[in-house]
Amino acid sequence: MTSTDSTQPTTAPFLSLEAVRKTYPGVVALDRFSMEVRPGEVIGLVGENGAGKSTLMKILGGVTRPDSGTITVDGAAHDALTVEQSIGSGIAFVHQELNLFENLDVAANIFFGREPLRAGPLRLVDRAKLREMVAPLLKRVGANFSADAPVASLSLAQQQMVEIAKALSIKARLVILDEPTSSLPMAETEKLLDVIKGLKAQGISVIFISHRLHEIERVADRVVVLRDGTLAGTLPKSHINHDEMVRLMIGRMLKEREKAGEAARAPGSVALSADAIRTSTYPDRPVSIELRRAEILGLAGLVGSGRTELARVLFGIEERLAGSVTLDGKPLNVTSAADAVANGIFLVPEDRKLTGILLDLSIAQNISLPNLPAHARRSLVSVGAELSTAEKQKKNLGIKAPSVLTRTGTLSGGNQQKVVLAKWLAMNPKVMILDEPTRGIDIGAKAEIYGLMRALADAGVAVLMISSDMEEVIGVSDRIAVMHEGQISGILDKDDFSQENVLLLAVGKKPKLLQAAGGAQ
Amino acid sequence: MSKKDLGLLILILVVGAVVTAINPRFLSAINLANTSNLVALFGILSIGQAFVIITGGIELSVGSVIALLGTLFIDFIAVREVSWPLAFVLILALGAIIGFVHGWLITRLKLQPFVVTLCGLLIYRGVARFYTADGTAGFAFGQNFPTLEFLTAGRSYGLPNSFIALIVIAIVMWVVLHRSVFGRYLYAIGKNEEAAKYSGIRTGRVIIAAYVICGVLTALSAIYFAMYTRSISPASHGQFYELYAIAAAVLGGFSLRGGEGSLVGAVLGTVLLQELQNLVNLLGIPSSLNFAVMGGVILIGVLVDQQWGVFRARRRMLEASRRGVAGAPAE
Repeated sequence: MTSTDSTQPTTAPFLSLEAVRKTYPGVVALDRFSMEVRPGEVIGLVGENGAGKSTLMKILGGVTRPDSGTITVDGAAHDALTVEQSIGSGIAFVHQELNLFENLDVAANIFFGREPLRAGPLRLVDRAKLREMVAPLLKRVGANFSADAPVASLSLAQQQMVEIAKALSIKARLVILDEPTSSLPMAETEKLLDVIKGLKAQGISVIFISHRLHEIERVADRVVVLRDGTLAGTLPKSHINHDEMVRLMIGRMLKEREKAGEAARAPGSVALSADAIRTSTYPDRPVSIELRRAEILGLAGLVGSGRTELARVLFGIEERLAGSVTLDGKPLNVTSAADAVANGIFLVPEDRKLTGILLDLSIAQNISLPNLPAHARRSLVSVGAELSTAEKQKKNLGIKAPSVLTRTGTLSGGNQQKVVLAKWLAMNPKVMILDEPTRGIDIGAKAEIYGLMRALADAGVAVLMISSDMEEVIGVSDRIAVMHEGQISGILDKDDFSQENVLLLAVGKKPKLLQAAGGAQ
Repeated sequence: MSKKDLGLLILILVVGAVVTAINPRFLSAINLANTSNLVALFGILSIGQAFVIITGGIELSVGSVIALLGTLFIDFIAVREVSWPLAFVLILALGAIIGFVHGWLITRLKLQPFVVTLCGLLIYRGVARFYTADGTAGFAFGQNFPTLEFLTAGRSYGLPNSFIALIVIAIVMWVVLHRSVFGRYLYAIGKNEEAAKYSGIRTGRVIIAAYVICGVLTALSAIYFAMYTRSISPASHGQFYELYAIAAAVLGGFSLRGGEGSLVGAVLGTVLLQELQNLVNLLGIPSSLNFAVMGGVILIGVLVDQQWGVFRARRRMLEASRRGVAGAPAE
């Protein structure tokens, strides 16, 4: 953040949008929207889901034609861009969901479909030349992996670097990063932010879309805020701060997080206790954890530290190799998710679309699925009972959908997550495990999900929340357990909450505690 | 009845009308009775297959199971003089065991359904041929089983009893597939097995149950086929029947990816296939072209269905966008 304020008005903008409008059936997705991107400028683009970010991206990518307005790229004005024009003028996208071939190596991914070929009728790929072409690209993104590493072996941040290198390979002048950090753990996020700074130093413009506002604070030269399809405001570098962005995004101040340092609650009795269990990822490391009633235990740690595996073992999806589990003091042998569900242990999984809900089923069918026998008479499904449960949950959770018969696949991420929660809330949870519950969800829905977790804890449920979002872990948890390489490296009480302490534990170092004796092993 | 089923029904009626116009014998009592008997035999197979396909699986061993169980059935009652009700139950139990083993291999040992049932196809055919020493299983002269013969090959009120059995089975299985908790689990697993598992469904058990259902229904139709042909040469008996069953299910709107399809469709698919067989015979088309006609019609049917879906989706979108433009200012 040294010389970021220097590139100002003198340079002509690389891209400018003027009074762009786009409507869909019944909705104005974007209206009177104008913005500029100058060479080497990092624009932070924020807005709740549905604010018009995706529409804007589609217009810039040439996928969608705006109804009116002007798009000027590199001095040439257009009514609309075509995909070819978008690519040809150097606009490149790195999407939240990566488009890489995991089974191929880095080089093959970067030049997929554009491989240099050797002369001759067989048109063999010229591996040597390919490597030569890839090397400088990897250097530009500061990659710490080789061109022939299989993509499957790379971390998420490294895979994102591959995507960015791919963007650079087509001589990108504007790289649009769509929520690149939403699935990255803290340390990896740092690397990505460095890459963004590197792009900027090379004169490449960046549009950085993220729900993680503190990241925007750190890298953006300017912040553009969208709300309900219109420009809610633009913040210059000097005015970028968290509260201001939130205010513009939702048009009001939001009390989303609990005040840290609030009087610590009296912890409830132990609901679920796992003693020296081992997971297949770290078969040599026993891990123990206690979940207490009426408490939100945050589980932090780097991706790959074994948090998700621990959750999956507790939920019975993954095999427990050793150790014992007790529920309410009684030994519990969970060997399948069905066992866990029967005992009131529920999981909101990390991957909502693949494992959380069935996209092709309706809201009502998703909600009744885990408890279908209760919605049936003589083994025949009672649609009436199903609908009434769903209606109740829809109202309780504020699921925004035309009806409970709506296919869940058509809902926004936040509403899909609410459906996942609804199916468990309808069944009286004892232990609720949430794995990255707010990933890819907009701020308004996030606040609601935090509220739900708190309400669950208040009702006596033991809540375990796995999260890679530092603000979230610190803001929401009553205690924080941190995992490092398959084991709990420490547990922080509310007084010891700090980003630094969580990070220290996450990399296996000692935290700085208020009391001399603290964290448990 | 869904629109898809209705379309299929109309197709069946149209083809029927055309065939009748060319050869009125199509509607003769004897032809209808024969065809409906065949529809029943293949229909029971298709219903079994449908339960497997809905989970995203496939059962390729059907034809061989029909040869093996048919051979065993005739051997039991004709040679070993087991009472036919006992033999009947034994054969159904064997069918259930075969289905259970397939389901178990697929869910517990994580083998692919295609591979497991392909091996089954080879194994059961081989065992059947070995069992009869490549001979023919049949009844001795004068051997009679009046009750059994009435139930399988007889008629009531002009309707083949096998067809009545199909109707009963279809109704029961329709309720199971479309109205029961188990049926909902089948659809959920077909749509997304992982998510179903994460919702606390014992997916393994449900899938095994689907294969058991398929096995039992296959065994039942094996008995029907045995009593229909009355003699079985295991080298060829039931060959390609799995493909008839799969084709009927696909015609009826079942997706091989799982999670889609209606039981009425599977039955109507069988009706159409048998109608086509019948058409080849009645219109004097060389019977060597039999398979080609069937393949062609299935291909056209699936194509039309798919294109129709695309067309409707596009029309819906256009309509929505017209309405949207009109309604936009109000928003």
